[in-house]
Amino acid sequence: MQILDLLLCLILFPLIPAFFLLVVRRDSWRSLIVQLSAIAIGIVSLLLLVLGFDKGTLLFTVASEPVSQVMFLIEMILAVFILYLGIKYRKTLTVGLILLQAGLLVWFEMTMAGHLEIGNNLFVDQFSIIMALIIGIIGTLICVYAVGYMETYHNRHKEILDRRTIFFAILFIFLAAMFGLVFSNNLIWVFFFWEITTICSFLLIGYSGTEEATNNSFLALSMNLLGGVAFMAAIIYLAISDPSGQQLGLNHLLTTGKAVALVPAVLICFAGITKAALMPFSSWLVGAMVAPTPVSALLHSSTMVKAGVYIIVRFAPVLSGTTEGLMIALVGGMTFAIASFMAISQNNAKKVLAYSTIANLGLIVACAGVGTYNLMWVAILLIIFHAIAKSLLFLCVGTVENRIGSRNIEDMGGLIVRMPKIAIMMFIGMAGMFLAPFGMVISKWAAIEAFIQAPFGLIFIAILAFGGSATVFFWSKWMGKIISVMRDQTVIEDTVKKEKWAVLYILTGLVVVVCLIFPLISSVLIEPFVLNIYGQTAGLSQANLTIMIMMLCLLMIMPFSMLLYGKNVQPPATPYMGGRPMNDSMHFAGSIGISRELVLSNYYLEKTFGEERLFMIGTSLCWGLLLIAGIMLLGMVL
Amino acid sequence: MIPEPYAPILYALVYILVAPLLGGLIAGIDRKVTARMQGRVGPPILQPFYDVGKLFEKENPLVTASQNFYVLSYVVFMVVAGALFFSGGDMLLVIFAFTLSHIFIVLGAYASYSPYSHVGAERELLQIIAYEPMIILTAVGMYMVTKSFFVSTIIASSVPIILYLPGVFIGYLIVLTIKLRKSPFDISTSHHAHQEIVKGVTTDFAGPNFAKIEIAHWYEYVFLLGVIWLFFAWNPLIAVAAIIVAYFLEILIDNTISRVKWQLMLRTAWIIAGALGIVNLGVLYYLGMVVVP
Repeated sequence: MQILDLLLCLILFPLIPAFFLLVVRRDSWRSLIVQLSAIAIGIVSLLLLVLGFDKGTLLFTVASEPVSQVMFLIEMILAVFILYLGIKYRKTLTVGLILLQAGLLVWFEMTMAGHLEIGNNLFVDQFSIIMALIIGIIGTLICVYAVGYMETYHNRHKEILDRRTIFFAILFIFLAAMFGLVFSNNLIWVFFFWEITTICSFLLIGYSGTEEATNNSFLALSMNLLGGVAFMAAIIYLAISDPSGQQLGLNHLLTTGKAVALVPAVLICFAGITKAALMPFSSWLVGAMVAPTPVSALLHSSTMVKAGVYIIVRFAPVLSGTTEGLMIALVGGMTFAIASFMAISQNNAKKVLAYSTIANLGLIVACAGVGTYNLMWVAILLIIFHAIAKSLLFLCVGTVENRIGSRNIEDMGGLIVRMPKIAIMMFIGMAGMFLAPFGMVISKWAAIEAFIQAPFGLIFIAILAFGGSATVFFWSKWMGKIISVMRDQTVIEDTVKKEKWAVLYILTGLVVVVCLIFPLISSVLIEPFVLNIYGQTAGLSQANLTIMIMMLCLLMIMPFSMLLYGKNVQPPATPYMGGRPMNDSMHFAGSIGISRELVLSNYYLEKTFGEERLFMIGTSLCWGLLLIAGIMLLGMVL
Repeated sequence: MIPEPYAPILYALVYILVAPLLGGLIAGIDRKVTARMQGRVGPPILQPFYDVGKLFEKENPLVTASQNFYVLSYVVFMVVAGALFFSGGDMLLVIFAFTLSHIFIVLGAYASYSPYSHVGAERELLQIIAYEPMIILTAVGMYMVTKSFFVSTIIASSVPIILYLPGVFIGYLIVLTIKLRKSPFDISTSHHAHQEIVKGVTTDFAGPNFAKIEIAHWYEYVFLLGVIWLFFAWNPLIAVAAIIVAYFLEILIDNTISRVKWQLMLRTAWIIAGALGIVNLGVLYYLGMVVVP
């Protein structure tokens, strides 16, 4: 029973701080509540790891009767709320979708829900534990960071209504819903939490209340409601095909065989694709960057989009070897390549991060869609590495934005002098995203080795080779911008708050430490999980691991080489200017005696990698693939 | 015979010691042949060594102290990549270390904030994204023929890999032109003394740092030509001949074709090399002609 208590604690406990945050208005109290609950949630999720990692899959019987009715009631209230907002802001699409979804839900509840018998409503296995750690540690760290950030945010943006009480309450409800989502075995419960995350993200994206924020929040809502409708359709399909309701338990559904499970699996994966913001639904996540930065960090790393890939990875065994699965994998692969290309043409830091997230989610879905055992291993590895590095990067960009008042990469020149600590952390975060021997490259490498053994793997290897090189380009030029040293710059990072530093240090440490101990994470959590499903498991060879770890150590020693040169430092030379004299404020003598400032700008290659054109291509390709999958599905149902 | 566990370490050591000598010699021959093609006498074969020796004696002007770190990291990881290759390591790991090393030289160029090295850095990045996919496809092709990513297994294979991977080989030669900084693809920095961006990525490196970059190039040469060896590994004589012919071809192309813009370079590398590579691998895949030695 002990583990069940932990699960219930993780799902229900965040509601307590959420309630207090709603009523407390003092900054110091708010900060204290957030920090204490973050520590508590972090400890409980670690406790779950310690107690649960060797137990395999545990199913728990929780009485579904009163709970399900409460959930239905909440869903109805939320539907009315959305309906009200939809009508208020004249969003026809949202109104239509919420009516459709609520209608389906009521119909399901009236005619089918009565005689469903689902004994095991909650469960936990190694994958759930991994997700819980990501939510419980990274998610809460972001909340801690958000306290300081929001204070500065409202000082800078006086015009925005201060609704921080609601903001922080929603953050914690979001975390609770995420815990519920990864621990629910009953699909109806998964759906309930799924909808809660949709609505939480809708409210957070629209926080600032500007027209752009409102529009983007409704865009996110509509796309996710569309996914919700597909999810509901899957539940109804299962309830009709088996009135006893056994198949609505994930444990039954995933082992029941493709004949029954494929149709709901594809419908749920469609919902996952909307939530994970793959093409053609990528625009909501890009639009979501209007929200305060901690919200973006949360949406991109530990919640929301991770819920989407979580559910798709869950269904990977059902998808493996099917044409529908291949279509979903191709949607992921196309998204990976095209989003990576699009990131090249962006100079808005948050947009680059957004496209990089979309690309990586695409890669995860490509792995899960093909769904062989070693690809599932890679997919889970990607989820872990991406969550850590991406949250760090968002928080760094947020800090920089608060200080320099811009999120444009072009304004980040010389950051290494102006904000040295932040710049180094960003550096480590970016290295984590694309350089050997850090996390994402380990995953990319494992993905190539896994795809080569999979059916149609060659397509994905080609996508990985070309898309992967694009990621090298856009990260390196951003890195280059940060380290280009200009004169006459002063340190401006001393005003950053203590708790923000703490969060950033922990995340930076995690990026490095997780690279070092990932063999342990793999053998304790991922490999047993994959073994349990497929009967065989993957991993990198021992020799390669040793070399990787040696390379990582070498990389960490290298910066100390600068001490070697310490003694005989010569007066700095000026950068080569073709012989033109230049002063310390980067002005050089131009033609006819005019003094000009030296300004360097990165390549964005608009003509080749322009956003609009690539977006059109990607969206139409991915719609086409989804359509094919849909038609095949229809054929199966009829 | 050398005991089994020590062999890789020995090969790595031999590479670390011999590769710069061999690479410098290749650079010397390259200059001589190039000069003859242009109707000049050319420098002595050992000229690259004299140059580097002299560079080490000069002072080390820096725009920022961090340049030392970037250059040293560039050399170190280039050596790591090559040593991993020659000790029989995993091809993919070698490629990732190789990319890492190049990122360092790019960062070094960015750090100096000179417009020439800045443009050079951007172009160097374009070169990286142009050649990297093809090199990964090369490794994948080797895997499809020999069922292993490990150089030790690939080199021990008795299969004439070139017969299975002709398209991949041509693709590799095309990106080799980029990697050897040969015209028409020497857009980020050039061995020729006539480029619009002065010395591109290496503009703001001089003295000992520039010497280190040269040495890294020598290590790089040996590694890149080592990959050609793998295609012909079943017969060392043919392999040596193939390397010589391939390199001569690169010099010939260098001296007969003028530099192109980056768009054309990217297109050539991605479309021609990629298509040849992917079609080649696709055919292998389709026919199931995957041979295990």
